[in-house]
Amino acid sequence: MASKLKTAKALAALQKKLAEEMDTEKCRISLCNGTACRPYGSNPVADAFKAEIEKRGLADQVEFKITGCHGFCERGPIAIVEPGNVFYQRIQVSDVPEILDNTVQKKAPIERLLFKQDAGAKAVARQNDIPFYTDQQRIVMGNNARLDPTNIEDYIAIGGYSALSKTLFDLQPDAIIQMVKDSGLRGRGGGGFPTGTKWETCRKAHGDIKYVIVNADEGDPGAYANEGLLTGNPHSVLEGLIIGAFAIGSHQGYIYVRNEYPLALKNITMAIEQAEKLGLIGKNILGSGFDFSVRVNRGGGAFVCGESTALMASLEGKTGEPRAKYIHTVERGLWDKPSCLNNVETWANIPLIINNGAGWFSKIGASGNSGTKIFSLTGKVNNTGLVEVPMGIKLRDIIFDIGGGIRGGKKFKAVQTGGPSGGCLPEKLLDSPVDFDSLLKAGSMMGSGGMIVMDEDNCMVDTARYFLTFLEEESCGKCVPCREGVKRMRQILTDITEGKGQVSDLELLTELAAHLKDSALCALGSSAPNPVLTTIQYFKDEYEAHIKDKKCPAGVCKALIRFSIINEKCPGCARCVKPCPTQAITFMGKQKPVVLDQSKCIKCRTCFDICKMGAVSIE
Amino acid sequence: MTDKVAAIVKKYGSHSSQLVSILQDIQAEYNYLPRTALDKLSKKLDIPQSHVYSMATFFRAFSLKERGKHICNVCQGTACHVRGADLILEALERQLGVERGQTTADRGFTLETVNCMGCCATGPVVKIDDEFFGHMTNDKVEPMLSKFKE
Repeated sequence: MASKLKTAKALAALQKKLAEEMDTEKCRISLCNGTACRPYGSNPVADAFKAEIEKRGLADQVEFKITGCHGFCERGPIAIVEPGNVFYQRIQVSDVPEILDNTVQKKAPIERLLFKQDAGAKAVARQNDIPFYTDQQRIVMGNNARLDPTNIEDYIAIGGYSALSKTLFDLQPDAIIQMVKDSGLRGRGGGGFPTGTKWETCRKAHGDIKYVIVNADEGDPGAYANEGLLTGNPHSVLEGLIIGAFAIGSHQGYIYVRNEYPLALKNITMAIEQAEKLGLIGKNILGSGFDFSVRVNRGGGAFVCGESTALMASLEGKTGEPRAKYIHTVERGLWDKPSCLNNVETWANIPLIINNGAGWFSKIGASGNSGTKIFSLTGKVNNTGLVEVPMGIKLRDIIFDIGGGIRGGKKFKAVQTGGPSGGCLPEKLLDSPVDFDSLLKAGSMMGSGGMIVMDEDNCMVDTARYFLTFLEEESCGKCVPCREGVKRMRQILTDITEGKGQVSDLELLTELAAHLKDSALCALGSSAPNPVLTTIQYFKDEYEAHIKDKKCPAGVCKALIRFSIINEKCPGCARCVKPCPTQAITFMGKQKPVVLDQSKCIKCRTCFDICKMGAVSIE
Repeated sequence: MTDKVAAIVKKYGSHSSQLVSILQDIQAEYNYLPRTALDKLSKKLDIPQSHVYSMATFFRAFSLKERGKHICNVCQGTACHVRGADLILEALERQLGVERGQTTADRGFTLETVNCMGCCATGPVVKIDDEFFGHMTNDKVEPMLSKFKE
């Protein structure tokens, strides 16, 4: 690695040198080795590439890069081959030699590894032609595929840290804050508070010691956008943080990372060490006289620590309990000093604004909601993954164009945004724009970018019960409305899913929800009713089916369903007999339907999943 | 044990603000938080034992009970839930003969749940030690466990 950079000129020179080195005739293969590609076996594939390149002595012809998340997690392990922008998917170790041959000899792409939306569709060779990518605007996530996150030189080569250099030498703190204000950037952690205003208040707050904090405690279950960014491009977050610190007048930063994200922890820690070595963090950064150091803290698996005051308590070495925010954390936060906390994605947007200008940024997205937002598109959608879209895009465009519609030809039922604090939106709202204000109006929220798609097989009462169970476990217990209110709501919902609901329950749930919204200490409690309220509002018929008819239309709630064998469809293949954990299914001879003993059936769904003939029914 | 705890505390500059990280490292070392280590920690950092215990019990990542050789973590995040993660958890409970949070009698496995591991697209996901298993179904549970049984 290069030696310590003492001036802006030295950084610019290094950048020029690295960019020139990159600009060779070499073929480039960048393999995604993000957290989601690993269960598919991307690690052995990466090893195979390295071994094969060494074995054949191809190092001077092929540049092989292991990168963070490319976004299209559904099709992992994935790789991009340049030149040609070829997108290979579901790569196995055995495919590696062929990919190398093909790349080096510049042959046509390997057909079987190309993307097809379904078996009969035409193969698409270039990544930029795949519908999953065409409708996205990957300004923040896009660089993930271009760099090895464990090598700071890769980031510098594509212009990294030039925004920092510009900040330190060409801009005054007030001008930076004005830029961020003019860009219209709003907090990506969910609340959508204007970032520039937050910075300005913190800069003006009294006190010599101030802190800047990265909230990487992405606790929303079903959201992993921050993980993808922190793992795939840690320096972009770090650069944003240093710029913010300079603007606010802070010399110490903290990055609070969930401990469930080991790879993100490793990469950000390594990024800090490398930035320190190059003099981009530490004393007298690039000779500007500005000092800044940063420390990584790990979370302990408490969802409430995503809340700013709870996070700061945890940073102080206390239990992660929130406090009432009569005085905001920008005035008195960590150790009672003015503290500016922003989400991972918010920080990563900062270098883009500095480099390209506030005007450029404010033109992306929708009015009052500028820029892009990264969503983790998951659940029952065909193309799952991390998608970055301009704000104001329609839900329908994300789910059906980028997401490729619902799996297995099933019918769309709901999309859940905003994690446990958000809500479930029905089909009739699919044409509403995705931005902070519209989602809030619909009863949900942006949250940290989870977007979980549900189909006809998902029960909305069960979904509400699921979120309340989660929140009951995660409630810190400090304030009574949350500790007791969430618990009671969960009990009522459990009763409904078990067929013990009463007609008056819906009214009681709504009443409890109103009290909780008004009186809980922090957002965990005050937004806890959202999943319940939206499901009652948009899916009341499902609640009524559970309460009045004692039926679960989606076939999920165990107490209300019954498995049975459709005799006409069962060929007696007995595939389901052995896997049944309670031996409830008896083989009656070939060509004869099996028999299911209801008294033994525990409704584990194993037979339903195994049967290829559709001979198991759920009523 | 004293040496190991002392080394971990030293690594974090004896800052009590680093308590969560220190506890994480102790747990990584012993697989749980042994009482003797916590006693040592409170002396080293000069903070009350009650404070150490308040932290160790507040955060769900910590275990005060000795855990099994393999930690089996079932993701219960929303994306995994809508694809049937609770059925996978039940299958594991049946096959291991323990409930979540418990350790098998032979100390082979501890069954735990986690709220999201950041690979939602491959759900339902189970992680045993450092190995991820995606797109889980009931019939994949037994072969997965047998990989880790002697």
